[in-house]
Formats: sequence, structure tokens, C-alpha cells
Amino acid sequence: MDSSEIEILRQGAEARVYKTEVSGKPAIAKQRFSKKYRHPDLDRKLTRGRLNQEARSLKRCLESGIRVPQVFRTNKDTATLYIEFIEGPTLKEWIFDNADEDKEKELMTAVGKILYQMHANSIIHGDLTTSNIIIDKQGEIVLIDFGLSQISAMVEDKAVDLYVLERAFISTHPESERLFAAVLQAYESQDPAAAATMKRLEDVRQRGRKRDMTG
Amino acid sequence: MTCSSPRTIIALGLEGSANKLGVGIVKHIYPGGIPADAELVPEVVELANVRDTYNPPAGEGFLPRDVAAHHRSVIVPLLHQAFAEAKITHEDLDCICYTKGPGMGAPLQSVALVARTISQLWDIPLVGVNHCVGHIEMGRAITGAQNPVVLYVSGGNTQVIAYSQQTYRIFGETLDIAIGNCLDRFARVLKLPNDPSPGYNIEQYAKRGSKFIELPYTVKGMDVSFSGILSFIEKLAKTEPEKYAPEDLCYSLQENMFAMLVEITERAMAHIGSNEVLVVGGVGCNVRLQEMMGQMAEERGGKVFATDMRYCIDNGIMIAQAGALAFARGFTTSIDDSWITQRFRTDQVHVEWRT
Repeated sequence: MDSSEIEILRQGAEARVYKTEVSGKPAIAKQRFSKKYRHPDLDRKLTRGRLNQEARSLKRCLESGIRVPQVFRTNKDTATLYIEFIEGPTLKEWIFDNADEDKEKELMTAVGKILYQMHANSIIHGDLTTSNIIIDKQGEIVLIDFGLSQISAMVEDKAVDLYVLERAFISTHPESERLFAAVLQAYESQDPAAAATMKRLEDVRQRGRKRDMTG
Repeated sequence: MTCSSPRTIIALGLEGSANKLGVGIVKHIYPGGIPADAELVPEVVELANVRDTYNPPAGEGFLPRDVAAHHRSVIVPLLHQAFAEAKITHEDLDCICYTKGPGMGAPLQSVALVARTISQLWDIPLVGVNHCVGHIEMGRAITGAQNPVVLYVSGGNTQVIAYSQQTYRIFGETLDIAIGNCLDRFARVLKLPNDPSPGYNIEQYAKRGSKFIELPYTVKGMDVSFSGILSFIEKLAKTEPEKYAPEDLCYSLQENMFAMLVEITERAMAHIGSNEVLVVGGVGCNVRLQEMMGQMAEERGGKVFATDMRYCIDNGIMIAQAGALAFARGFTTSIDDSWITQRFRTDQVHVEWRT
């Protein structure tokens, strides 16, 4: 690690995030650490796999015109990913602070459109929460944290991706049904083909309800 | 806070949502009376906690009708045993708590019928309890964990739960089958005995395994999926039994699935900023799971809380514990509402006894 990487921004569940600079641009260094509780083989597979997958998916998003942090470089030896630093509140913080319903609707529509675009390019985020969406200074939506992402064109994977976000809305933002409904509405309005994903989302939800059959 | 004279609540708890029939009796003591607007933290005295388990033959799962027949046949002797251990009679009871759901229909129904009958016979109010909330409240009472992230893992449930605003909110859960169901079904493939439980026998086999076999690892945000892992490992066990020792299969299955559980629990802890984790439910007895969870918590500067077989595995006192807390806040279930439900989500309960 460079000596400039001293400011630790946050420690997540599996990575430490430092504020740094790359070629004079504000950047973050995201270093994945090994987990003692995991079998070493499994730990190596997950740490390496996620480092590579995150870089790959970010690049694919950028190529598809989806706003995500730029990738500067990857250091495989230290399992560190150097990416653009995005300033701005997370969607979670933004929802907690916002009281304007029109603005809210506008933002949820933008989120729905971006998610559709991402899925249309066969990118599955894998960990959609309101903490993994940033509103930058220009008010644009930026998706982050692609460590659990995968490339897939399957309707099932897209539906589960949306379901994970829906669950995040329900658990983190009680009484927020209208917010996620607006996201879905915008997602669906992008293309008639999105109807198949919506239908599968309903199936995924049903599976959820059946799961409580036994104590 | 207004304080009045001391108050005691004695609750009977009846649990039979799956293959265990449990009868428990708990005494809650409020030395300063029941506070009106504070969280209820009574002194908890265990008076009785007895259980009888229905075990099908090796290689078979349990069928609802057989489980219900088991519950019907042992509930009266078990009630007598509980009262004898507690050294009280039914006249000392303040409420009768029973599992309203979730669980298997026929077994739930057979126990609710007994609860309804003795409630009318003895003229004691009924309290319907959510099974999952019973696990959480018992775990909190036994371990003293204040506001932990709860991992609830059993034959029918896999949930990561955290409390906020009088609700136990589900942050992550399985997208298909429960972890205990996956372990039970794999035990059947290997024809492991169901006594004392399939999961226990998998755990013993896993202790003797050492070769890590790579399996699918499916974490989606704070959710997990186990059905693909089960199909994959079933295929290995059935098609190439000479290549894969059962011990190594059990070891790898546990290592892989438990790592998934620890990962989503840690993600929930990071998400809500908590350092405590409480493991409840039958699979929570697994020592390897507790150990892995402990390592994760230690790395975060936190702590893991777990209970032993008396409380992890379905039991009667956990139903009495959660029911007595609700009862202290004035909650009762009328005979008309004393139905059961197979689907009763953890987040549907209004947790009135916490603030």
C-alpha cells in the first residue's frame, strides 16, 4: 500500500476502504481481507473471485454507459481495487433526509431506469441495497459494490437481484412500499421484455412465503 | 416511571410446530410491578422444560400426520411431568401459551386443540405465540444479549433478524430451502440415523472429515440459497461414492454453508452497526457454526451468544417466555382467534414488550 493511503473511510463486512489518490484524482482503495472463519481454499476462491468480478463488472457497466466508479487498477497481491472516489450521500442517507415526495419519485424513477439498463447488459449486481447506491454531486445515480456481481442474462437472476433490493427497502425503510413500487414501475416501462422479469419476481416472492411452512 | 406492588406471572408454554413436543413453565417476577413505558426485563425463573421427540426411521423424513399422532399420544403425560417438576398446579397459572405458527399444520393443530381445551377447562387466558419470536426471546433471556443481530437457523427457517421499532425485522433469509432442511435431506441421502437428530449426526461425521470439496457458494446480498448446493452434493454422493467419503462430504457441506451464514450475518451487523450476534434454532446447536460465528465476531471486536440443546432445539419454555411478555402487556388470544397458521412471519408480530 502507498503511504498516502492512511485515511480509512469505512470497514465493511469484507473490505477496508481507504481514501487515496491515483494520478492526482481522488480515489478509494478497497482492500479485501481474509476471513479466519472460512476454510483457506474457500477464502482464497471468494477473495480472488470477488476482486476480479468487481473490476470486470465495473468495466462492463462503464462500457454500457452506466455510471459506476472508474477502475484505476487492481493489485492482486494485496487484493486491492483502486477506483474513483464518488462524493455524495448513499440512497439510504438521502431517503432518511428527504421529505419532498416529487423529488423522491424522480430519483426512484432514475434508479429503476439504471437497474433496467444494467440488467439489459446482463450485469447482475448481487448485493443491491440502498447503501450501495450513491447520489453524486450532479444528482446522478452511481452504483457501487459489485463484489457479489455476476454476468447473466437469465430472468431468474434479474428477478432475484430486484428481490434483494426490495427486501433491503422493507427492512431498512419501513413504510416505504411506494418507493420500491416507483423503482419497479420505471424498470418495467423501459421495455416490454421487462414483463418477464416482473412475472418471475412475483414467483420469487411466492417462494418466500412458502418457505415458512415448517417451524 | 410509576412503580406498584410486585407482580408475578406464571406461564405454561406448549410447542409442537415440528417433530418435537415441548411443555415448559416459566415464572416472571417484576419486583417493582410491570413498568408502563419501559422495556420488560423480568427476573426469569425456569420451573419446567420437558420435551419428547418423534424420530422417523433412518433415511426417512417425518410426515405431518405421524408427528400429530405422536404429539396427541404424549401431550398429557408430558403436561403431568411438567407440573410435577415445577411443583405447581394449574391453579397457579396466569396464562397458557401455545405456538400459533409457523410450522406444520397437523402438529400445530393438535397442540392448539389441547391449549384451547385446558384454557376453557381451567378458565385461564390463552396467548398465541409466533414460534420464531419464541426462539429470539428465549435466546435473549438465557444469554443476556441486549440488542443482537439474530441468526435463526432451523429445519424450517433461515433468517437474519434485527430489532427496530417494536418489530423483529428480517434482513436476510433463504431464497429457497432452510439450512436444517438441506442438512436433514443430505443425512437421508447418506442414510444417517434420525436419532437424536440428522443434523447432529452430520456434525459428528464432519468432525472426522478433512478434505475440502468445492461446492457452489450462493450469497445474494443478505440472502442465501441452498437448493443448488443440495442437488450438487447429492449428485456427488450418489454417482461417485468411492471418490467422496461421507465424512468429507459432511465436512465440506458444513464449512461451505456455515461460511455463507456467517457472511450474511456479518453483512447485517455492518449494515446496522451492531457487534453482538445471537444464534438460535436447532442448527444453532452446531458447535462448528458457533465457533465460526465466534471467530467472525472476534475479528469485529464483538461477541457471539448461543444456547445449548435445551433452548436451541424447539421447546416449550420459549413459547412460555415470549407469551408471558406479551401477556404482561395485556395481550391475550380469544377462543375465536385461537387458530393456527402455517405461515406466520417473524416481522408480523408487534413486539409490545420492547421499546
